[in-house]
Amino acid sequence: MTTTSPEAAPPPEPPRPSSSPALTAPASLRELFFAFNRLSLQGFGGVLPVAQRELVERLRWLDKQQFVEMLAVSQVLPGPNVVNLALMFGDRWFGVRGAMVALAGMMAAPLVIVLVLTVLYGQYAQHPLVGGALRGMGAVAAGLVISTALKLLTTVRRNPMGRWLALLFAALTFTLTALLHWPLVWVVLGLGSIAMTVAWVRLGRNTDSSST
Amino acid sequence: MTWGELLGLFGHFLLLSLLAVGGAITTAPDMHRYLVTDHHWLTDAQFTSSIAIAQAAPGPNLLFVAVLGWNVAGPLGAFATTTGILLPSTVLSLWATRWGSQRRETRGVRAFTNGLTPLTLGLLLATGWVLAEPYVRDPHYRWGALALIAITVLVMTRTKISPMWLVALGALAGVAGLV
Repeated sequence: MTTTSPEAAPPPEPPRPSSSPALTAPASLRELFFAFNRLSLQGFGGVLPVAQRELVERLRWLDKQQFVEMLAVSQVLPGPNVVNLALMFGDRWFGVRGAMVALAGMMAAPLVIVLVLTVLYGQYAQHPLVGGALRGMGAVAAGLVISTALKLLTTVRRNPMGRWLALLFAALTFTLTALLHWPLVWVVLGLGSIAMTVAWVRLGRNTDSSST
Repeated sequence: MTWGELLGLFGHFLLLSLLAVGGAITTAPDMHRYLVTDHHWLTDAQFTSSIAIAQAAPGPNLLFVAVLGWNVAGPLGAFATTTGILLPSTVLSLWATRWGSQRRETRGVRAFTNGLTPLTLGLLLATGWVLAEPYVRDPHYRWGALALIAITVLVMTRTKISPMWLVALGALAGVAGLV
């Protein structure tokens, strides 16, 4: 015994202290894998609504605010959003191994299923019932994304730029991308920089007023 | 397909990975240009049905990339497009989030995330709109689709039922000819 170092292996980085004390954490890589496997397999027409339901509402591994912040970062980074979200979440608790395990959990089973469907689809593509089912699922997928957005909208209350400005930026983003079909890069670079500047100014003002 | 072409396919998806700001689906127009218009590896109908299949299957939407690759060149094609779209963005994301989380409480990083969260919410609504638009514009499917969307939003905001059951309901409504 030569060393007196108190901690042999501290966790890679402590998560930010959260406002709600009831949050928990994944206990093991195995639990992480099956959590992402489970949410991915429920994710018909998109994983994001299920990820919100599972990670925030059921498992309570993140609160709403943390989820929307992680989502914001994962949308700005290049690459598929939910994949980035899984990578960030896994990395946060278990480092690179966690990132890979979360990614594998999310991708493995659905990849096999979708390729089996691809092969089957070749035989049943012309069947009207298949077309009808796809349409019905498509409409529900749209409803799922909209309800996720509506639920997360309450997080604007805690935005330092203020509720109304934040809602204005959300509405502008919707108008530019959905209605006017601007390329996303320009919306993010243009509107995004303005929004970040506003947040930067407001954060500075908040710090000043709280210190006096 | 030659090995050279397969390598080209892989390379193109490596590039798209870095351009896919806002999700893989945002690069679909460019994939269409590359696979259908320039190389004639897929027909228009094959391209569209590839995306529909991925929508109907569970899992991340990005799986449509694997279906496209499969339809171009079988298992090797699926491998090339899927690893291509994942590799660069994965490395970059891990690096960037670590850099950011060490500076989580600094004014710069807080301004970055708080500035972008409203855009995220707007983009989510936009995605919902883009998914709903083709049905809502078609007078034949409009009311059925709007009813399904409204039911979905009500159930999701007021209950804890898994979205999976709503998707099953949508499939049944479609099979019954209601949508």
